[in-house]
Amino acid sequence: MTEIQLRKIDKHFGPVHVIREVDLTVKDQEFVVLLGPSGCGKTTTLRAIAGLEGIDSGDILIDGKAVQDVHASERDVAFVFQNYALYPHLTVYENMAFPLRAVRQSRAEVDRMVQSVAASLGITGLLNRRPSALSGGDMQRVAIGRSLVRRPKAILLDEPIGSLDAKLRESMRVELKRLHVENGSTSIYVTHDQVEAMSLADRIVVMHEGLLQQVGTPDEVYRYPVNMFVAQFVGSPVMNLADVEIAEGATGVGVSLGGRSFAFPPALSGKLRDAGAHQGKLKLGVRPEGVLVAHAPQDGYVEVTAGIIEPLGSHDIVDLKVGDGVLRARTKSGFVPGPGATVWTRIDPGQAHFFDTTTGSSLGIRL
Amino acid sequence: MANLITTLDPASRAASRGWSDTTIRNVFVIPTVAFLIIFNVFPLLYSLGFSFTDFRASSKAPVNFVGFKNYINVLADPVIWRTFSTTLWYVIVSVTGQFIVGFGLALLLNRPLPFKGLLTTLLMLPMMLSPVVVGLFWKLIYDPSWGILNYALGLGPVAWLSDANLALYAVAITDIWMWSPFVMLLSLAGLSAVPKHLYEAASIDRAGKLYTFFRITLPLVAPILLIAVIFRTMEAFKTFDIAFVMTGQPAAELISSRLYKMAFQQWQTGPSSALAYIILIMVLCITNIYVKYLNKAKER
Repeated sequence: MTEIQLRKIDKHFGPVHVIREVDLTVKDQEFVVLLGPSGCGKTTTLRAIAGLEGIDSGDILIDGKAVQDVHASERDVAFVFQNYALYPHLTVYENMAFPLRAVRQSRAEVDRMVQSVAASLGITGLLNRRPSALSGGDMQRVAIGRSLVRRPKAILLDEPIGSLDAKLRESMRVELKRLHVENGSTSIYVTHDQVEAMSLADRIVVMHEGLLQQVGTPDEVYRYPVNMFVAQFVGSPVMNLADVEIAEGATGVGVSLGGRSFAFPPALSGKLRDAGAHQGKLKLGVRPEGVLVAHAPQDGYVEVTAGIIEPLGSHDIVDLKVGDGVLRARTKSGFVPGPGATVWTRIDPGQAHFFDTTTGSSLGIRL
Repeated sequence: MANLITTLDPASRAASRGWSDTTIRNVFVIPTVAFLIIFNVFPLLYSLGFSFTDFRASSKAPVNFVGFKNYINVLADPVIWRTFSTTLWYVIVSVTGQFIVGFGLALLLNRPLPFKGLLTTLLMLPMMLSPVVVGLFWKLIYDPSWGILNYALGLGPVAWLSDANLALYAVAITDIWMWSPFVMLLSLAGLSAVPKHLYEAASIDRAGKLYTFFRITLPLVAPILLIAVIFRTMEAFKTFDIAFVMTGQPAAELISSRLYKMAFQQWQTGPSSALAYIILIMVLCITNIYVKYLNKAKER
């Protein structure tokens, strides 16, 4: 039973404010991913939880006990480093045994734990090797093994698979998920890769410039981003964002984008009014799968010209020229014959997001 | 533009003029090799020849080949054996002392300190002085009647350099004072090369300070420490100048002083050449042991 709580933690590096009053609770056995671009404070937050970095103010609680003044070695959390940080002069076995030997566990106990963790990670054959003789993936397994062997209260992982190649990353992702399901330890994982975050997390914490932007399940963060930053950071290809103007007509609401008017249900008008943003300019956000494309004119569809097409095998990403701007749409593979083709498009109101242009916050409108 | 070219370093100027490999060989390599042969290799081989003769540099008497007699005589001489064991003890005391003081200083300096650069430079001063100057300084410090050491320690007239029991240690202390900075410098380089993330990993792995020191720091710095020890052992074995200017106490006579006396005071050129070769072989053997350990340490 391990719960980690951050209460208004704040941290400066000289003049740079790296963590700004972050509040977060990680529940027992939960897998939380801190996601954000480089320099957003996610690694510093993780290091602060581990005790490798001090904080200026706030409280870090592990199982209800404030630990911000407790030394890293006393916090009983394991940490997997981005560069693995294996001891180069020790064998794999000695590396994994290190956390147990450091607290003088019996030789039999050390051997039992190391062997059992090595077996679960499939690295029994590597136990006598030194780190310099291992591949990146194996080093990562050893680093994870070293963190699991002591059964810590929580495991903190700092971009653990960031330096592996794409294929290995994918298989390690699956392995990490399996290990978490098997061990059920409370885990906090830092990454800038939203695919990793989406596939691993019970909850994602999106950070930007030291501030928490949104905390939610992968589905919530993907489907209901709270602001333009989250909307654009999560999801690949990125969400379309465009300035729009709202015009109320007799049959519905027209959302004008690049001089073209897209039809939206009349309910939009009232919801915009409730959100206090029924007039003036707004930002419309829609993911490529929310941009529907047809070969022939249909009710509510607008005629556009196709631009660049990115064939990705399972599907295509097609640029549609709408006035001065571009809307990216996701279509079936080969659906649009080629650049310059004329197609018809509309925006799925159920997948549209409206953002306040000045604050960047979502208006929370769901149609 | 002309100025710019003349201020370039010689290698760049050579390159810009397009010196051929032959020119570089003739101008740089051949003179160096010739110098080495004339002043190192030739005397080395020549003295090897002397070691098998009864040659005396002070006499015009005909030189006779005596085979291994010089080696046998030297090895049978109890005085030589005594100086050998004195030297060995001196090497152990001096190198251990330098190791402890030098590595200790490096550990102290391997942390954020104000004026760290200045402090390091000042600590390195002893090693930049001439050994004879250091010897003479310390002779004054050790002086039984008005030396500062006895005064500072309130010891009364202790005759450090003429007491048979103390003289060797007095010289060793001087050597430690002079050469600890060298060990410190190498240790500091080794310590600062240990990646910070290993210490972070160790603290996450619940290792205490001592455990981290013995399981992480020491093994990772060991190869460079061994290099320092190799250098200092070789140097300590041939210590001459410091000991020579500081004391004439027979109990503190080192092997190189004995060699000097045999070669240039008693003019026993043949036997002294033999002794020099015996010393050379011993130093080579000892260094070889270290090098084996070093290679083992480097394999990690």
